[in-house]
Amino acid sequence: MSETLLDVENLRVTFPTRQGEFQAVRGVSFTLGRERLGIVGESGSGKSMTGRAILRLIRPPGRVEADRMEFRGEDLLAKSERDMQKIRGQKISMVMQDPKFSLNPVMKIGEQIMEIYRFHTGAGRSAARRKAVEMLEAVQIRDPERVMRAYPHEMSGGMGQRIMIAMMLVTEPEILIADEPTSALDVSVQTQVLSIIDRLVRERGMGLIFISHDLNLVASFCDRVLIMYAGRIVEVCDAGKLHEATHPYTRGLLGSLPRIDAPQPRLEVLKRDPAWAQAPSVSGRT
Amino acid sequence: MAIAENKTVGRRTPPPFLRGLITAAKTVGSVAITMLGLMFVTFLIGRVMPVDPVLAVVGERASKEIYQATYEAMGLDKPLLVQFAYYLWDVLHGDFGMSLLNARPVSEDIKRVFPATLELATLGTLIGVLLGVPLGVTAAVRRGTWIDQIARFVALIGYSMPIFWLGLIGLLIFYGILGWVGGPGRLGIFYEDLVPVRTGMILVDSAIDGNWSVFRNAFSHIILPASILGYYSMAYISRMTRSFMLEQLSAEYITTARVKGLPERTVIWRHAFGNIKVQLITVIALSYANLLEGAVLTETIFSWPGIGSYITTALLSADMAAVLGGTIVVGLIFVLINIFSDLLYKFFDPRAK
Repeated sequence: MSETLLDVENLRVTFPTRQGEFQAVRGVSFTLGRERLGIVGESGSGKSMTGRAILRLIRPPGRVEADRMEFRGEDLLAKSERDMQKIRGQKISMVMQDPKFSLNPVMKIGEQIMEIYRFHTGAGRSAARRKAVEMLEAVQIRDPERVMRAYPHEMSGGMGQRIMIAMMLVTEPEILIADEPTSALDVSVQTQVLSIIDRLVRERGMGLIFISHDLNLVASFCDRVLIMYAGRIVEVCDAGKLHEATHPYTRGLLGSLPRIDAPQPRLEVLKRDPAWAQAPSVSGRT
Repeated sequence: MAIAENKTVGRRTPPPFLRGLITAAKTVGSVAITMLGLMFVTFLIGRVMPVDPVLAVVGERASKEIYQATYEAMGLDKPLLVQFAYYLWDVLHGDFGMSLLNARPVSEDIKRVFPATLELATLGTLIGVLLGVPLGVTAAVRRGTWIDQIARFVALIGYSMPIFWLGLIGLLIFYGILGWVGGPGRLGIFYEDLVPVRTGMILVDSAIDGNWSVFRNAFSHIILPASILGYYSMAYISRMTRSFMLEQLSAEYITTARVKGLPERTVIWRHAFGNIKVQLITVIALSYANLLEGAVLTETIFSWPGIGSYITTALLSADMAAVLGGTIVVGLIFVLINIFSDLLYKFFDPRAK
């Protein structure tokens, strides 16, 4: 935690609509060290937008603004698109939800992994090929040579996501943003994919932003958790102390989870207080 | 789990040559059935038309005996199916019968007129693709900007302007007033019959012969009608390209490509465009086939002796042998282009394999 990789202060993502401006993210602040930071929230809470805003992947007319958005002291907002391309994929990578859609269907898997490696390192084909095979092995793909020549549709969801992870880590980035990386997978493969992410992030001393709507998963997997609601952070807590959370929204989310050891005839229903959306954002900076 | 997953990678199929043979047999079979159907329907229409083919041959003042003799000589006294069988036999031997209009074999006529259409349609499609595809891609990438608006306007004109009007105005401006291009017809009168006929396409024949003055003259004649046809196919292709690209550009793998840090050019042309190739092939093939049917209006305005004006003339003078022959050739072209685009499909889309 000594070193701050990412420092975000008062991040805002705005989209113009016919009814005026819509703020998807409203003043989010946090820092990320070499740790596993979870961002939890319901659909539309702005958690994915936060991830994409860091990579400056919000397409116009959407706007990203912040008082500060720095990667190792470099101002990301001041960078040209060209300089940003050197950050993306090389320093900060992202794994998305469903490998069925996030891999290019008409390119061979090997080509897709080699492409990112060659683009950022300028390596030759054979060097990139070796590296890609090595990376596929690191995500526990058996017979990587064959997978290199295969197309994404020939892969299962779990394999697809492992390939995605291999591709995004082949350049050895410092931050990985995992945007609901297991939501589209079968429960049985989820743990496998998670443990691969966990191992690689640990081994390489990377920072991880783990975006999810699954409270328990985040609590067991991350070091720190930001709870987002309506574009703001409503609570920040250590993952181990999630059950001690005080904010009524977090409590409500926890209360509405079914528990196998204490079955209830009816689950709690989350009652929303409009004041939550108005309250100022809690800072996740350390 | 992992074992089960990996199994999907290398599913083995029957020996490739056998699979190829089966596919080829299926293709040939379906072509044969399609063509048989086409010929039968066209043949039937030719026979039920209220035109007396015998009268057209012997003339109005022929005696009853001559009429009867010709009637039998043409095989018209036989049952319809038998007549069709004879016709089929002839067609399979490359004989489409005699044209009533000029008393020459229809097959020779087609050999003469089809290359003219082929040359025009190919150049037109080439222009349409070379302009339409980049225009459509740009319009999709710059959606909502002035470039998109201009592209939309240009395509709208292409969709709504009648081709004969555009052809006449084009002739008036570029031939009549500016004199930049050659007038109607395929060649200037002083250039005719200077190069030996090999393919029937004058641009190709003169290039083979190395006769560049003929080539230049032929080019000056073909460029205006080809541009006008190309403009229409550009309008269609650019609109289709734009909507295909928009669909792909919002896909998740495009975000992946951007996350990878790839420059926008690579994202668009390698990733997005790589995924629309298959759909685009179908559109281009259809548009090409359309032009190959013969653009009747364009061929008429530019006095282009192509298959479109040939069939039209034959139809208007009830020259059924010529109509049938022309229809079969056009139908065959259509079917062949479809097969060709299917093959390309398999080549470009790994999922179709």
